[in-house]
Amino acid sequence: MCLIARHLEGLGIATVVAGSALDILQAGQPPRSVFVDYPLGHSVGRPFDADNQRLIVNAALDALETIRSPGSIIELDCRWSDDDWQNEATDTRSGDTRAPRDESPQYQCEADRQAAEQAAAGTG
Amino acid sequence: MAVQYMESIRRRYEELGYAPYRWFHADSPPPFAPLRKPLAESKLGVVSTSGAYAVGQRAFHYKDDTSIRKIAKDTSPADIHFSHITENYLENPRKDPNCILPITAVNEAAASGRIGELAPELLTCMGGIYSQRRVREELIPELVGEFQRQAVDTVLLVPM
Repeated sequence: MCLIARHLEGLGIATVVAGSALDILQAGQPPRSVFVDYPLGHSVGRPFDADNQRLIVNAALDALETIRSPGSIIELDCRWSDDDWQNEATDTRSGDTRAPRDESPQYQCEADRQAAEQAAAGTG
Repeated sequence: MAVQYMESIRRRYEELGYAPYRWFHADSPPPFAPLRKPLAESKLGVVSTSGAYAVGQRAFHYKDDTSIRKIAKDTSPADIHFSHITENYLENPRKDPNCILPITAVNEAAASGRIGELAPELLTCMGGIYSQRRVREELIPELVGEFQRQAVDTVLLVPM
């Protein structure tokens, strides 16, 4: 993601990254970013919390206007409800399973496969 | 203290016997392009590396998939589904895609005038691609070409 941001910026397109992995942002140095200290999968907010999602997206948009120093990371004042998730996130034996890598499409459900195959066949 | 993802994922891969994942480490300061015009007059593009697809589209695969999907901005969140190599992070996005693909919030930003306009489609791709060469040679040109076709002025990127 940092590579994409840097490339777009090099073409003259201003970018902002909203990310939840501070160490990866620090390593990749995108031109502008906001850091949201939530578990991965929630870079732009809590589920079904439109106020929280709007707050984060607006903060990212603000950063497009306010950041003047390349590589700046604005840490947003966002806190998950408890800190247990951080222990889970660093546990190397659970969670992130990284499924076997092959080239078959991984549909969320069987109905999605059928919908895509019908669309591809021009009958959907 | 923020979670040290690179270190914990490095250890996890080692334990699972996987090849080490190499994150991009910048060796130079980032390029910097100021906004071309006020945000309220700018066209915003969005890309999320969450493996999101709209129902009816082909899902992503897990072997360095460098393809992209275009999700129309008026798509109902209920019709946005996911396939991502890190399945475990998708529990909440599968209930509310707005956690990782902010389709509702960016439409609101356009409606309220915070941005001038939203690009007609939000772009998505897979993250966790092993080959940085394929990211540079395949994924980035695809995304850039699409953003140029959309004629966006600025881009919000949401990593998984």
